[in-house]
Amino acid sequence: MYPIVKKVVLSSAVKEFEVRAPMVAEKAQAGHFFIMRANERGERIPLTIADYDREKGTITTIIQELGASSTLVGQMEEGDEILDFVGPLGVPSEIELFDGPTVLVGGGIGIAPIFPIARALKAAGNEVISIIGARNKDLLIWEEKMASVSDKLIVCTDDGSYGRQGFVTDALKDLYAERGKLAAVWAIGPMPMMRAIANVTRPWAVKTIVSMNPLMMDGTGMCGACRVQVGEETKFACVDGPEFDGHLVDFDLAIKRLAIYKDQEKRALAALEHKGGHCGCQ
Amino acid sequence: MPCQAPEERIRNFREVALGYTEEQAVLEAQRCLQCKKPKCRDGCPVEVLIPEFIQAVAERNFAEAAAQLKEKNALPAVCGRVCPQESQCESKCIIGIKSEPVAIGRLERFVADWEMAQEGQMAKEKCTSATSTVSPKGKKVAIIGAGPAGLTCAADMARLGYDVTVFEALHVAGGVLMYGIPEFRLPKAIVEKEINTLCQLGVNVQVNMVGGKTFTVEELQQKGYEAIFIGTGAGLPNFMGIPGENFCGVFAANEFLTRTNLMKGYDFPNALTPVRAGSKVAVLGAGNVAMDAARTALRLGAEEVSIVYRRSEKEMPARAEEIEHAHEEGVQFKVLTNPVEIVGDEQGWVKGMRCLRYELGEPDESGRRRPVAIDGSEFFMEVDTVIVAIGQGPNPLVTQSTPGLELNRKGTIYADEEGRTSLEGVFAGGDIVTGAATVILAMGAGKKAARAMDQYLQSK
Ligand SMILES: Cc1cc2nc3c(=O)[nH]c(=O)nc-3n(C[C@H](O)[C@H](O)[C@H](O)COP(=O)(O)OP(=O)(O)OC[C@H]3O[C@@H](n4cnc5c(N)ncnc54)[C@H](O)[C@@H]3O)c2cc1C
Ligand SMILES: Cc1cc2nc3c(=O)[nH]c(=O)nc-3n(C[C@H](O)[C@H](O)[C@H](O)COP(=O)(O)OP(=O)(O)OC[C@H]3O[C@@H](n4cnc5c(N)ncnc54)[C@H](O)[C@@H]3O)c2cc1C
Ligand code: SF4
Ligand code: FES
Repeated sequence: MYPIVKKVVLSSAVKEFEVRAPMVAEKAQAGHFFIMRANERGERIPLTIADYDREKGTITTIIQELGASSTLVGQMEEGDEILDFVGPLGVPSEIELFDGPTVLVGGGIGIAPIFPIARALKAAGNEVISIIGARNKDLLIWEEKMASVSDKLIVCTDDGSYGRQGFVTDALKDLYAERGKLAAVWAIGPMPMMRAIANVTRPWAVKTIVSMNPLMMDGTGMCGACRVQVGEETKFACVDGPEFDGHLVDFDLAIKRLAIYKDQEKRALAALEHKGGHCGCQ
Repeated sequence: MPCQAPEERIRNFREVALGYTEEQAVLEAQRCLQCKKPKCRDGCPVEVLIPEFIQAVAERNFAEAAAQLKEKNALPAVCGRVCPQESQCESKCIIGIKSEPVAIGRLERFVADWEMAQEGQMAKEKCTSATSTVSPKGKKVAIIGAGPAGLTCAADMARLGYDVTVFEALHVAGGVLMYGIPEFRLPKAIVEKEINTLCQLGVNVQVNMVGGKTFTVEELQQKGYEAIFIGTGAGLPNFMGIPGENFCGVFAANEFLTRTNLMKGYDFPNALTPVRAGSKVAVLGAGNVAMDAARTALRLGAEEVSIVYRRSEKEMPARAEEIEHAHEEGVQFKVLTNPVEIVGDEQGWVKGMRCLRYELGEPDESGRRRPVAIDGSEFFMEVDTVIVAIGQGPNPLVTQSTPGLELNRKGTIYADEEGRTSLEGVFAGGDIVTGAATVILAMGAGKKAARAMDQYLQSK
């Protein structure tokens, strides 16, 4: 069992968890993810390793409650134990010393997984410019952490309640106009945001890496659920990714594939809410 | 053998075959001629003492039968259900020349079930770390992968007095027996029971441990594991390589079966993992995996389920009993047919397949007649779900992370007859060596490797 040593409520649907899992912490690197199962009923859900502490043997992750399984996790508290926790999985981010500025774009809870990549790029000696965005001020996470590993941090909110008003794509365009040359861009966030970033950088021919979050189950290449169309090839996000060349990913198909179980997901959430409530009607 | 009626069973996930009654078993056992040179045994990959255990059944001495059976086979309740007996022991049975061979598989199942029933309630508790017994040999052995190969090897090594730890990637042990083969063919309680027996032997089973990710072979060696067995199976699904394979509604059989079995998708939303069968389902392939997927789809409520296969029914690799059961349950067999493209709608969902019809030509290397496409035979098959069950390749996580481990052409691990790999102290067996095969062959490989590991450790 894997105890939750710390829980922070970042907003009503977004929670930060620090979990004791020494075997995973020992090996964790930027770009890795893990799979967890809250209890016997829960699904195996993939989550990014947003931070790790090898000495304490802990993993930090940020989870957004969407459907039944992530809500089940969100409701867990400090001291509760997670039944299954497996990792680290996936291919770590390729960190090298680039000839020019590296740009890290994080949208919504995508800011958390961008953090360890920014930190690793910085440690490798790169100039790190981070652009983080959220719908509004209340939904913005980890601003200080991102500032601590960035040479420059640009904050955007859709509604202008904090930082500059507008989308992360706008900030990226302005940055390109200002700097002329960018060495590489990492973008993590909702699929439509990653697609928009890839569309912006395509004409510039700047290497753009996105982190795909398809449906997964085993995370070891066994089930094929996590297939992503990358150029002409079919890739398994769990063992070949989750990071891929954003200019080659078929985002339209990826977005559609996320909705395969949409109807069932609604039923599961309804069932969970009924049992969690006190009406007793099942 | 008595079975649940087809109309009944396609609405539940309970076991299809109900097993012999005592009377039936004894009558069947009495048909055995007790051959001096039993041919049936030559057909068994682990050389089960077939006439001996059948004799005991005929004499109603079921406890003795169980003892004889277990002498060679650690998982008789599993083998009695899933072994392809018709092409192994039963194909060699002398009575089979003139009439029906002795139903060795059904007798095996009967004896195993009888024994389990004597032990009372099947223990269900999950065993992650057993009470560690002091191992007389004082040497640590690691097994990677808890499928039939790994479990058999673990059991034998524990019996020989080694300190055995099994590392399994998933959250339960059992391999394909737990995630692939459906409940209606192999109840999971039986597999769990067999695994508990292992724990009682003092084997420590650690789940959620991915070889090549959480740990490597080299690290195990550094931690003092003096011999290592790799039994990670063939878990990597093959796809056809035709256009449209990533549309929504196209699943690998592994995803479909794992959602249903391991994650209990049939009990959704009590269990939270969804599974979707659609209404018109095409299953590509005709092995056990394909039959399991087709019959599972029916049970999940699909209206029309077809097996699509490019050869004829005679060449199908599935067990005879599974093909027969699929027929009875209303699975349609579209043979000599193969898709060339999967077609989707605007939403990215499958709406059908463009298919070609085939005829059989000369035999190929596998000895089966080669399917040849018929010119101009293209037609459209309307379906909303496609399940791909055309085989699995070796799982590469461990092999990729183990420098110096020699591989075969297809990415399987190179190992000799006794399971020795190119690395000293590292052994391998089961589907990771042979490619997708059978439970009993995987168990046989685990057994042989245990013997070789013991020799190796003794001589060290
Ligand atoms: C490699 C990887 C890393 C991830 N990292 C994080 C993370 O750090 N934090 C986090 O909150 N989530 C992360 N996710 C997504 C997370 O796994 C899903 O949000 C979660 O599985 C949803 O489970 P659910 O059952 O609660 O929701 P469901 O009931 O399955 O789905 C609810 C809604 O979310 C959509 N959805 C389902 N699965 C995903 C998915 N994988 N990604 C996006 N939308 C999805 C569905 O279309 C549906 O509309 C990651 C996914 C992957 C593959
Ligand atoms: C649906 C289906 C139906 C079948 N029906 C039959 C049948 O009726 N009769 C029959 O004889 N055979 C049948 N087979 C084939 C049979 O199940 C296999 O040949 C057999 O299970 C192989 O055993 P194994 O131990 O080599 O591998 P597996 O059973 O595949 O077990 C391998 C284990 O290793 C684990 N693993 C993989 N990678 C790692 C890693 N990196 N680290 C740690 N653990 C890892 C896996 O999770 C798994 O638990 C069927 C197969 C399938 C898929
Ligand atoms: S070959 Fe048939 S008849 Fe002879 S011992 Fe074996 S099961 Fe009995
Ligand atoms: S999650 Fe199953 S293959 Fe990737």
